[in-house]
Amino acid sequence: MIVRKETRVLVQGITGKQGTFWTEKMIGCGTQVIGGVNPKHAGTEHVGVPVFASARAAMEAAPFDLALMFIPPAAAKDAALDAIEAGAKTLVVLTEHIPLQDVLTMHAAAKAHGARIVGPNTAGIVTPGEGFAGIMPGHNPNIFQPGRVGVISRSGSLGTLVCLNLTRAGLGQSAFIGIGGDPVIGTSTREALEALDLDAGTDAVVIVGEIGGTMEEEAAEYARGMKKPVVAFIAGRSAPSGRTMGHAGAIVTGHRGTYNSKRSALEAAGVAVTDLPRDIAEAVASRL
Amino acid sequence: MNLLEHAAKHLVLRNGGIAIPQGIVCHTPDEAREAFEVLRRPCVAKAQVPAGKRGKSGGIVVVTNAHEAHDAARSLLGTCIAGHRVSAVLLEEKANIAKEYYAAVLPDAAGRAPMVLFSEEGGMDIEELAEANPAAIRRATVDVLKGFSEEEAAALVEGAPHDAVLAPVLVKLYDAFRAHDAALLEINPLAVLDDGRAVALDCKFTLDPAAASRQPELAKASVPEPLTDLERLAAEAGLKYIELSGNVALLANGAGLTMTTMDTVSRLGGTPANFQEIGGEAYTKAEAALKIVLAHQGVKSLVVNFCGAFARTDVMAEGVVAAWEALKPDIPVFFSIHGTGEDEAVALVRERLGIEPFDFMEDAVKAAVEAAR
Repeated sequence: MIVRKETRVLVQGITGKQGTFWTEKMIGCGTQVIGGVNPKHAGTEHVGVPVFASARAAMEAAPFDLALMFIPPAAAKDAALDAIEAGAKTLVVLTEHIPLQDVLTMHAAAKAHGARIVGPNTAGIVTPGEGFAGIMPGHNPNIFQPGRVGVISRSGSLGTLVCLNLTRAGLGQSAFIGIGGDPVIGTSTREALEALDLDAGTDAVVIVGEIGGTMEEEAAEYARGMKKPVVAFIAGRSAPSGRTMGHAGAIVTGHRGTYNSKRSALEAAGVAVTDLPRDIAEAVASRL
Repeated sequence: MNLLEHAAKHLVLRNGGIAIPQGIVCHTPDEAREAFEVLRRPCVAKAQVPAGKRGKSGGIVVVTNAHEAHDAARSLLGTCIAGHRVSAVLLEEKANIAKEYYAAVLPDAAGRAPMVLFSEEGGMDIEELAEANPAAIRRATVDVLKGFSEEEAAALVEGAPHDAVLAPVLVKLYDAFRAHDAALLEINPLAVLDDGRAVALDCKFTLDPAAASRQPELAKASVPEPLTDLERLAAEAGLKYIELSGNVALLANGAGLTMTTMDTVSRLGGTPANFQEIGGEAYTKAEAALKIVLAHQGVKSLVVNFCGAFARTDVMAEGVVAAWEALKPDIPVFFSIHGTGEDEAVALVRERLGIEPFDFMEDAVKAAVEAAR
């Protein structure tokens, strides 16, 4: 889930407006884009790379590691299955509003083929100085700088702000992992934390979480045993509580999922939780 | 997107082959009287509201004749239960219950798969049961590529007094969850009757909003969210706006950054007037969004907080400036702008509004909170 110089990227939906714009940015900052997919333009070139009919056809002609999806919600499941069956190791799914049942099918197929999904509804992943896959302004040196702090975020906009604040404080990033804002995502906070814990280029980790679900509580269990310092910010402290009709959701999560539950779980595990986003950089600096 | 009990039973359960009691939906006391004449047996009159614990709130009344059916409907219709106005009553044959069970299917984020829940202790207090005795709720994670088999269902209900009749119902419930694009499908109670049949006495169904366009019938039957006038206006414009009671208005992009802006307003001693995010494809709608934000009564200051990745801050700033120049509101506005398109956006705000954005969002929020005092 950490993008490297060697990572070979296939862009599904490369010929669309966003696909075109962000593929150019990715190539511009050194990402190895081996090609794109659009069945209607197969055999042509777009932004300097070949366009294939499918991920499967791309894998035969130009092997890739990571499939990045600029695909509308209704077509997302088929595009994901194409990439998974082609043998992609990682899928970065940017698409928001993919029907839940399609997402569940995508996760099951990924599990069966040993592929990792990042997202859905993620802004992507960035390794400053190496490359990026997504719609993060990873090419913008004012926001991202190479360094040794790993950042995990459910939100693209807030994650961008946190990286900007780190950069302004002189703290570069070893990796940004946008895990996505959907309720059922392929890479959890805990898994991203573990990857950054094992990453030799990372000295500290920032978790940018938000209310809902139990991912921050599960990440806290892992953080407890970590030697690297972990700092967190949780969004949604003042959000009005939503209405839930059925009881089933409450059964699975119990009282977990609230701001207080996340904050106390993280603090009990030795994670510094800040009140404001601007305090994150100082909290990291003081623990390095 | 929640369905009322009667709609969930007819459009989801019956469609999925799960037995439901005979019932008729009534909108007036006279309709309830006529419905009883059709059913002609002891019935329950059930207020149709998208909320749990109706029984405890007096929303379920047993009736034994047409006169009682009429009176029960008259007493229920127009009342408010758990914040919802009752506009329909379901008159349903009264079941002769041997035992009540609980069954549900929902997505499990940790397992990234659907989870089937089953308990022998069905009835009203499933939440309390989960708290007091979590072991009483059995769980099975399903591989959607294979489906939920009779064998897996049998293993889940094994040892329950009516296991043979329950297992097929759970398979159908899972299939209905998948086929109807459910975010949640729950039967509580799932009753086994004196004659041995398994019947769904209640049903909760939540439609996945992302699948609404491919489930038009279910989307049409779902209960509209109770919205304020401004919230309705925003929804019609395709915007996520939540009206709050404070006086510091805010506009930001992305749910995470918008929540953080709200949190920061309250952390710094202010009260947010709204939640309004224009992230994703909505970043081009800043002008419409700001007009709704400013229409909120009692707004005393505004903070605009952009940190753009996909959302271009120059495009959003253009919308903000256009709305500001059109409305000329008599309140101060404070900006923080970073990310994609930042230089153009900052230049635009500086030139057209004569305002210098803050470097840190916290400083913009602090100024807005102080101005609202």
